[in-house]
Amino acid sequence: MNADSRKGELADLKAQLRQLAGSRQPGVEDIKRELYKKVISYMTIGIDVSSLFSEMVMCSATSDLVLKKMCYLYVGNYARGHPDLALLTINFLQKDCHDDDPMIRGLALRSLCSLRVKNLVEYLIGPLRSGLKDANGYVRTVAAMGVLKLYHIAPSQCTDNEFPAMLRALLLNDPDAQVVANCLCALQEIYTAEVNVSPETAARDREHLLSKPVIYSLLNRIKDFTEWAQCLVLDMVSKYVPSDSDESFDMMNILEDRLQHTNSAVVLAAIKVFLHLTISMADIHQQVYERIKAPLLTLVNSGSAEQTYAVLSHLHLLVLRAPVLFSNDYKHFYCRYSDPTYVKKLKLEMLTAVANETNTYEIVTELSEYAANVDVAIARESIRAVGKIALQQYDVNAIVDRLLQFLEMEKDYVTAETLVLVKDLLRKYPQWSHDCIAVVGSVSSKTVTEPKAKSALVWMLGEYAYDMPDAPYILEGFIENWIEEDSAQVRLELLTAVTKIFFKRPPESIKMLGAALSAGLADAHQDVHDRALLYYRLLQQGVEVAERVVNPAKQAVSVFADTQSSEIKDRIFDEFNSLSVVYQQPSYMFLDKEVRGPIELTEDSGILPLGPTIADDVLPSQLVDATDNDLLLSASDKEESVAAVSNGSHYSGPDLAGFESSSAPPRSTSSPSSTSQVTSTSAAAATSLLDFEDLLGLNTYEVSTPALFSLKLKTKPSLVAQAFQRKWGQLAVALTLDHTLSSPASLPTPQPLIRHMQSNLVEVMASGGKAPTFKFFFYAQAADSPSSSGFFLVELIVNTSTGFSQAKIKADDASLAPAFQELFLAILSSFGSN
Amino acid sequence: MQVHCRESSVQSSRVSPSPLAHHSLHFGAGAGAGASPICAPAAMISQFFVLSLRGDNIVFRDYRGDVSKSSAEIFFRKVKFWKGEEGEEAPPVFNVDGVNYLHVKHSGLLFVATTRVNPSPALVLELLQRIARVTKDYLGVLNEDSLRKNFVLVYELLDEMIDFGYPQTTSTEGLKSFVFNEPVVVDAARIPSLGPAAMFVQGSKRVPGTAVTKSVVANDPSGKKREEVFVDIIEKISVTFNASGYVLTSEIDGTIQMKSYLTGSPEIKVGLNEDLTVGVRSSAPRDFVPDYSSGNSVGLVVLDDCNFHESVRLDDFETERALTLVPPDGEFPIMNYRMTQEFKPPFKVYPVIEEKGPFKAEVRLKVRADFASNITANMVILRVPMPKTTTRVSFALEEGAVGQTTDFKESTKVVEWCCRKIVGGSDHVLTAKLTLSQERNVNIKKEAGPISMTFTIPMYNASKLQVKYLQIVKKTKSYNPHRWVRYVTQANSYVIRT
Repeated sequence: MNADSRKGELADLKAQLRQLAGSRQPGVEDIKRELYKKVISYMTIGIDVSSLFSEMVMCSATSDLVLKKMCYLYVGNYARGHPDLALLTINFLQKDCHDDDPMIRGLALRSLCSLRVKNLVEYLIGPLRSGLKDANGYVRTVAAMGVLKLYHIAPSQCTDNEFPAMLRALLLNDPDAQVVANCLCALQEIYTAEVNVSPETAARDREHLLSKPVIYSLLNRIKDFTEWAQCLVLDMVSKYVPSDSDESFDMMNILEDRLQHTNSAVVLAAIKVFLHLTISMADIHQQVYERIKAPLLTLVNSGSAEQTYAVLSHLHLLVLRAPVLFSNDYKHFYCRYSDPTYVKKLKLEMLTAVANETNTYEIVTELSEYAANVDVAIARESIRAVGKIALQQYDVNAIVDRLLQFLEMEKDYVTAETLVLVKDLLRKYPQWSHDCIAVVGSVSSKTVTEPKAKSALVWMLGEYAYDMPDAPYILEGFIENWIEEDSAQVRLELLTAVTKIFFKRPPESIKMLGAALSAGLADAHQDVHDRALLYYRLLQQGVEVAERVVNPAKQAVSVFADTQSSEIKDRIFDEFNSLSVVYQQPSYMFLDKEVRGPIELTEDSGILPLGPTIADDVLPSQLVDATDNDLLLSASDKEESVAAVSNGSHYSGPDLAGFESSSAPPRSTSSPSSTSQVTSTSAAAATSLLDFEDLLGLNTYEVSTPALFSLKLKTKPSLVAQAFQRKWGQLAVALTLDHTLSSPASLPTPQPLIRHMQSNLVEVMASGGKAPTFKFFFYAQAADSPSSSGFFLVELIVNTSTGFSQAKIKADDASLAPAFQELFLAILSSFGSN
Repeated sequence: MQVHCRESSVQSSRVSPSPLAHHSLHFGAGAGAGASPICAPAAMISQFFVLSLRGDNIVFRDYRGDVSKSSAEIFFRKVKFWKGEEGEEAPPVFNVDGVNYLHVKHSGLLFVATTRVNPSPALVLELLQRIARVTKDYLGVLNEDSLRKNFVLVYELLDEMIDFGYPQTTSTEGLKSFVFNEPVVVDAARIPSLGPAAMFVQGSKRVPGTAVTKSVVANDPSGKKREEVFVDIIEKISVTFNASGYVLTSEIDGTIQMKSYLTGSPEIKVGLNEDLTVGVRSSAPRDFVPDYSSGNSVGLVVLDDCNFHESVRLDDFETERALTLVPPDGEFPIMNYRMTQEFKPPFKVYPVIEEKGPFKAEVRLKVRADFASNITANMVILRVPMPKTTTRVSFALEEGAVGQTTDFKESTKVVEWCCRKIVGGSDHVLTAKLTLSQERNVNIKKEAGPISMTFTIPMYNASKLQVKYLQIVKKTKSYNPHRWVRYVTQANSYVIRT
């Protein structure tokens, strides 16, 4: 069969190679070449040709370079799996390492280092040492990388032989730039790994690598390096912290022309340096954004689709960080016909981010065109984008018109997405209900099939039962088809909607309610059953009680919960020019632990405060709103079911005696214990609500200060106005702070910021001003300090149109001021990052 | 040579010629302290491989041994069955079980790198692209066939381009001394006629078709090397027209590409339009109603931005708008540029969509070629999505139509109209009669379109950017290499909304 014929072929090859091994007749090299090629091609497609090892090595005594190189390739591939055979190659490789031709020396040394066989390491040390001292640059280049290979096979032998020190010397002095580049790769990797072995030495070595002399020596010859090595150098430079701003400017001047490179990797590496150098200089940082805009846009459109994607992902990150700076460039983010879906998706998000009062009309018009697109995924995303823009804006007038047009298109997926959008819109702008209801009323419920859209429609029917005369009748239709409804989500939503309608229009809906509850109680889905049971019991307690729980007065949602915390966003920004930007995830989320290395592991503590910080971003009250009352209910449902199970021995099913509906399953007989049973479960439900609030961070002041910061703030600092004034007058300004808010548009009034500050233990003393400029006086107190001291006072001026903010910080204890400044900045930058 | 790198004297002497030098250097606590940790370096790949579109391994190189050998299989399955809402294609970068896969599509092949660390995606993708380009320089033609025939040569190249996962030299020139295999040249005639060589063919002005498919190392059959250099100005245009025929957005993305077969590394000076302006446009939204009548779109060429190849010196750019370079071997972009200045779109399309009774509709497309009559556009294709309810389409071409084909794709409901050639100044009309399965919807116009268009126009460039001269520093009087300057404009995204 196939395997047999292959075996035969291998045996044949073996015999031929053996025959040729000692032959010196003319033309033998050509025959050997053909045989070698065959072997290599088998190797490539994954056939194991390691059985030919000794024959291949025997034939390798040749001066023909083509043959030699194929043999090196073969040996490198199989040596690790056959260490005993690999020994056979040592002899000729070592000999080649002393060849007169530098290229052969280099090739042999590279093969020798690539064997990856531990017990052959002793043969490596000598050639490697002389390789690093070779007069030829190519050999040294190979040797520098060889050191790293040695380190991976035998770390201690590498360090014991002082190889890293030799690399360090070459790093600063070698005339060949590629040698320097390879030293840099090798040293970075070695030092990173050495942290496990001797942390202190490794830390010192790493610091040395990032020291001024090293950085300057690299920067001064940046143009000698290949474009790839330039990227490597720039990546290093981005980690260097200059001593003052003059130094930063000099570095930027040197690197300015790197922004005009045709290679996007060089440009992005340079941009990372610029961004990191200016991170604490708000105005310069902004200028950097302006400067890098044009080169980035050129790169986006000059390369292949793949390169476009890599560059656009980075532009996307910048746009989302500072949308205001890109609001005039929106046309560049319009989708092109030829863009692949992954590029279009990024562009849609960017369009959403940069939409503001002046460009919304045009952006939404453009997005509406995509809604009619043949590419369904993009059509859906476009409608979602319109929805997100509507939620950001105050004038949704025009957008409501678009919605009407979407529904007119009569495409199922467009209608579905639009309904979801309208629902979200209504939760934020209840005042638009009249216009939206008109739109929704025109939708035929039969064309709505997707669960998400159905849920949205049902929610609106329940919520706006007053404004929609036929709401109960539409719902009735849904309830009649209860059995056919596959989605539990829709059935849950139906229960809530019917109950809500019952509060508003009882005579028309009482029958339907009974039908829904009994269908719900009989439902196989646990959550549906539990919700029906909860409503039923609540109603037993009285309609008012039930209404208070099921349909409490709602506040409009002002900010929808963000999916990503600002801390995560900052981490991604720190990892600019890496895969983190493409995945929109910090590296700890997608890399294996062992790969990340020990240094990054210590940073992992940052994961711990993640839970609370997500909640921190949004004001607690808003969060409750944003998660909708049905989330509230589903969480309490679960609690309730637990309670029911835990005292299951008493459980005797629902008591239907007091309830008008007779259609509910008469599963129970009234027992004396049932009343107390009901109260205990509803009490459990009530307490569970409290638990739920805890879950959302309502009472989590003690965890809301991220553990990352050395300074802890007191939970309830108290400072009367006079004391504040006195202190403000007495204390000198300890520090000032400039910061650009990530989304100033979310600050129409000072209140959101005040609430945000308060949720982070910074209290407000006074606020004032008129849009776009607001002024605040904040105060906070260090934890563990006596009641009258340890205060920090802050005057903050915010311009809401530019997002630029300026703070003056005063402190009772000036030594704590820097720590507070750091904390304050963190709190401030986490504001409104949606 | 001094080795102690902490000594400031060594440092300042090394640093002195640079602008950084005027800083007194003080080390110790200040300089490196507080530096962020070094993570794994910026670029390190574990494996490199090339797959055919069927998933066969053509080339496979493992550099670090930390990713499973079955990665190619895992990758291919993932790409082929990419999950997505509605059949999207896989992004160029994704992660499966802790392994990052980065790939580019090139000439019907997949160039893939794997890694377990967190490199710069731009770097890896640029590297893959470069590997493809260098390989093409050596093989003349890059496709599955040529790669299979020359895989040993490709391994030679890969050995020098990447060591232990780190990119080394990728210059076609620098690699020459490491390549000992003679390329097995694949017959260039077998490349489809719309390959890169044919792109520039305009009427009788033929350039040697073999030139762009010539290997940098292969010996010419005639025994002597032909001294020649090609400069190509390739512009990709994106235009969106609104339903009333006005230009909503337009952009030109251009590349000046060079391919040199000159020996002895002579210096070349490329002169561009003297009145060329770069980057003065503000990014403010511009008025998108171009005024062609006054003819002000001719003349001044204003680029939004541009970038240059490493080898280009800009000493004479400010004064003479000239680029100076010693071209390295192989094909490379001298300059990329981007322009949003108004320009005259080469094609105008006038669609008319009408209902013709309850189950019938008619779509009439008129295309006008808005360029000089001595220029011919190739492979002009219009695609029009029809209403979902369309069941049948019958076409009526204009009388005496030559080289035109029509097609209606049942599965996607898209009408495709292809004209092999369109001469400047001419008009062409297609009438498509639709049969609908349902009674016509509210707005049939909304359901058809938008129209998208692809074309290639040789010897035409929309931006008016020109190579005015191409000076080659002469070694001897008789040295007079062939110089080719070629222009071509292609549609990138040419959309007419209905």
